[in-house]
Amino acid sequence: MKLLKLVPDNTNIGFVKLRHWAFGLTLLLTVLAVGATFHKGLNLGVDFVGGLMIEAKFPQAVQTDKVRDTIAGLRVGESSLQQFGDPKTVQIRLPLPEQGGAGAANAVVEKTRKAMEAQFPGVTFSRYDTVSGKVSGELIQNGVLAVVLAIVGIAIFSWFRYEWQFGVSTFVAIVHDVLMTLGFFAITQLEFDLNIIAAVLTIVGYSINDKMVIDDRIRENMRKYRKMDMKSLIDLSVNETLPRTVMTSMTILLALGALLLLGGHVLRGFTAAMMLGIIVGTYSSVYVSSSLLITLGLSPQTAEKKEKKSGIAAQAERMGPRDGAQP
Amino acid sequence: MLNFSRWAIAGILLPLIIGIFCAVPSFLPDSTVAKLPPFMQTRVNLGLDLAGGSHLLLEASTQDVAKQRLANMEEQVRTELRRGETKIAIGDISSRDGKLSFMVRNPSEVDAAVERIRPLTQGAGLTGQRDFNVEVVNSSTIVITPTQAGIDNAVKSAMQVATEVIRKRIDEMGTREPTIQQQGANRIVVQVPGLQDPKALKALLGQTAKLEFKLVDMSANPSEVAQGRAPVGSEVLPYPTNPAGPPMIAVHRQVMVSGEELTDAQQTYDQQTNEPNVTIRFNGSGGNKFAKVTSQNVNRPFAIILDGKVLSAPNINEPILGGSATISGSFTVEGANQLAIALRSGKLPVNFVVVEERTVGPGLGADSIHAGLTASIVAVVAVAAFMFVSYGRFGMYANIAVAINVLVILGVMGILGATLTLPGIAGFVLTIGTAVDANVLIYERIREERRRGRNVVQSIEHGYKEASRTIFEANVTHAIAGGIMLALGSGPVKGFAIVLLIGIATSVFTAVTFTRVLVSGWVRRTRPTDIHI
Repeated sequence: MKLLKLVPDNTNIGFVKLRHWAFGLTLLLTVLAVGATFHKGLNLGVDFVGGLMIEAKFPQAVQTDKVRDTIAGLRVGESSLQQFGDPKTVQIRLPLPEQGGAGAANAVVEKTRKAMEAQFPGVTFSRYDTVSGKVSGELIQNGVLAVVLAIVGIAIFSWFRYEWQFGVSTFVAIVHDVLMTLGFFAITQLEFDLNIIAAVLTIVGYSINDKMVIDDRIRENMRKYRKMDMKSLIDLSVNETLPRTVMTSMTILLALGALLLLGGHVLRGFTAAMMLGIIVGTYSSVYVSSSLLITLGLSPQTAEKKEKKSGIAAQAERMGPRDGAQP
Repeated sequence: MLNFSRWAIAGILLPLIIGIFCAVPSFLPDSTVAKLPPFMQTRVNLGLDLAGGSHLLLEASTQDVAKQRLANMEEQVRTELRRGETKIAIGDISSRDGKLSFMVRNPSEVDAAVERIRPLTQGAGLTGQRDFNVEVVNSSTIVITPTQAGIDNAVKSAMQVATEVIRKRIDEMGTREPTIQQQGANRIVVQVPGLQDPKALKALLGQTAKLEFKLVDMSANPSEVAQGRAPVGSEVLPYPTNPAGPPMIAVHRQVMVSGEELTDAQQTYDQQTNEPNVTIRFNGSGGNKFAKVTSQNVNRPFAIILDGKVLSAPNINEPILGGSATISGSFTVEGANQLAIALRSGKLPVNFVVVEERTVGPGLGADSIHAGLTASIVAVVAVAAFMFVSYGRFGMYANIAVAINVLVILGVMGILGATLTLPGIAGFVLTIGTAVDANVLIYERIREERRRGRNVVQSIEHGYKEASRTIFEANVTHAIAGGIMLALGSGPVKGFAIVLLIGIATSVFTAVTFTRVLVSGWVRRTRPTDIHI
């Protein structure tokens, strides 16, 4: 049986040569993403802005306009309705009543339930959330803190483990990944809720994972080929790890694809965010973070200095590049 | 590197077998699991988003606690200075701005008053602070200020009591496996799986259930009461169902008996009208007090006060000596039952409001489980096929490792009693994707080493060794992200992080160590000169 190889042996793409184009494109996309986030804003879920979210399931397909009219008659504030694929399910968002605290929110749910049951017999509320403004403020604070801590923590880890250039390039690439994800949510106006924070953190984790593998190879090659110039060394490292990068992205996209199509509507935004993040993260590993090392002035000397301190220079092997070592 | 001793193999397989074994109960029906011995009941709990149920976040008002404490202090000061042979006369009592201040009528008694008030304060915290500061201002006014340490202490103990009271009330409702936990300084999380309608629960948690019996002040002028003014030593309380007209009534401040002195409360029916009511039974001292007061006040009405509102004000027709009393107040059966439960479990030391509520119906939960399961199976099959097409025999080894990994994650979650949520299922699917990453790293490395001209055994050894370091480093960073999610995340994010973290730990073991055992076994058996990878 012939085994599948997504990346042919001895692939040698000059990623470093492309870096100015890549940086330009990346910058442009990032600016667009940030612009979209500020211009259109995120469709923040009740988790982050407070309010009421009711998911109603109807026995037959229903028109959202009719539901909207029913709710408008209740005078419980402006509702926003959403349907995902299934014409029998409608998600209703309502603002929290300004006065009366938690009991009032409950009253709104009950009022809505009664009116809906009268208008559409057989309707059920399959779930509902009420989040007060105070709690939503804390949730947003914790969410942002979690993402920031994760990025900073991991950047510090790779700085201590390798040279500072690795820390900075990883940091830049990951901030890029997060901004792109935000831009995606701003443009699609998919609901941004607590689950998406989990998705963003996973993207951060995955993206780092990807960069670690390449960084690790760069370090290994710096030890092996001391005389090789940095540009070819980085190209060599990225190309050597390319089969793995592509293979892993493919397997994860396959798994997430199954979740996107079959995992139900509750997880759809979450999965979409993650798939986008995997693609963006892979792109930034290959095109951004490794080439950035050159811009940041990583040279074999900087690596050697640090190695002498840690005393693993002695393990360095001397072998020719792999093209010269074909059997 | 490829040689494993028998003991090493046993050491690698044993935890995996234990893990798989612990995963089994999660697939069995409830009734079967109940028959197993306790150490085998290692099941994954389903989160509310999968099982259906309610999540409530209750917040106590700390201002309430502070206010209550100040009121208690005022009461204590009054009794203390009125007590004994030398009474100290005071006036101008006010409790504005969170401070209690009053004037001592005879300036020469100020020092004596301070002397007698000081013992009412207590130590708070470890710094030697008191819970109240007592100062003399303008030579005749005493100001009692609560300290922050004192308030914190009071909130802490109020929360402990409240958590217990809430637990008792929910247990009395007969719901299954509720989770009640304090969160932060002044919040309590209540999670009740399988509860369809949290209305009753919220009504139950919403009442403080502070029950008091006080005598009605018959001397009060009705028109003054209507304006909210009461004679000295009395107070005006709302009485929404007053048959005599205005929704107000004046009662004596002094408490005859309070809810703390009851031993039981049951929902019962009035023998004449058949209306639902609540019958309570006092303990010894409560019964004695009630008997004494009712004997002395025959033919006068007394008020039954719940949470500051008068429920009813019946007449004392004869002394009540049996140590029990009936509370009526136009209840529904449900309302009477809730009041009985609330009274049995004691009063809440502080008021709570619901600041967050999430309810998922069982239908949506079941749909989510179904969709998640389907997605997981399709993901496993797709990834497995992809791995097989890419790496042949080695791909199959990786697939066996992934299958075992999924079971071991379930087993570990069962042992830890962790909760599987909907994002947790997503975590599973993602783990399947990333678990094979370790194998991809190893196999790609083996391919590389083969291309460099190393022989089969050397390539495999080198592949595992070099890739292991990378895998370790990559997973440490991944675990940092997971750990932060676990620490800072709430609800769904936590559920996801748990699966992710367990998955990271187990997948390194199955994908690296376990596949190495499989590969080395095959290499030793067949001694291949070339490998198809």
